[in-house]
Amino acid sequence: MLTIDRAIRDAIVEHARRDHPDEACGVVAGLVGSDRPTRFVPMLNAAMSTTFYEFDSTDLLRLYREMDDNDEEPVVIYHSHTATEAYPSRTDISLAQEPGAHYVLVSTRDGADVSAGGQPGDVEFRSFRIVDGQVTEEEVRVVERYDSESTLPQAPAVQGVPPESLRKAD
Amino acid sequence: MAIDVRIPTILRPYTGGERSVDGNGSTVSAVIEDLEGRFAGIRERLVDETGGVRRFVNIYVNDEDIRFTGGLDTEVADGATIVILPAVAGG
Repeated sequence: MLTIDRAIRDAIVEHARRDHPDEACGVVAGLVGSDRPTRFVPMLNAAMSTTFYEFDSTDLLRLYREMDDNDEEPVVIYHSHTATEAYPSRTDISLAQEPGAHYVLVSTRDGADVSAGGQPGDVEFRSFRIVDGQVTEEEVRVVERYDSESTLPQAPAVQGVPPESLRKAD
Repeated sequence: MAIDVRIPTILRPYTGGERSVDGNGSTVSAVIEDLEGRFAGIRERLVDETGGVRRFVNIYVNDEDIRFTGGLDTEVADGATIVILPAVAGG
């Protein structure tokens, strides 16, 4: 399960809506071993593409150095799909190289982006573990604050959806 | 004198969990050969079939991405730091 605070969830959604139709990407860092995503770090998509994302290599080094200095790790690695569902594509699966991370996928398809006048609530937000090529969807629990037990009502995680991304390399 | 090589999480199974190991060699290629001698299999994760750096692996010598400094032939001085980071990328 991914537990994430609402402000950070909303920041990820806004980043994706703003960068549509290009894919948006970034990480949420947290203290090593805490499993708690606390520091939102939107990254530049160096590929500037509607179907691919990649952190710039210089930005990547700076990010990992900062995280090392802060005793952090990438708790969440997020990116958007802008024309397909929020499910890891074949490319996402083959390139996933952080087995400890929650891979968050959001989708801004169907007019959920800012320019189309969509609302943040239109954006799909899902989380996965990707380890050794195996994808496991997990529940997303949104909290107001990490020190609070209160949770917002969430739609139940969708299970067993056929991964259309396995048919299309997006 | 040794080269400090930083190992990313995904490759730590090769180094017995070590985040940082010492390497020897005057080029990145030589250091990788040296690592391969102790951590069998690690070279294949870094170097592709054509003998270049894998597309989705980044290697830095003293903060410079070696793609811009001569690739695996990049020279490494005593006391240098090599950082290996997997790309964060997808589709």
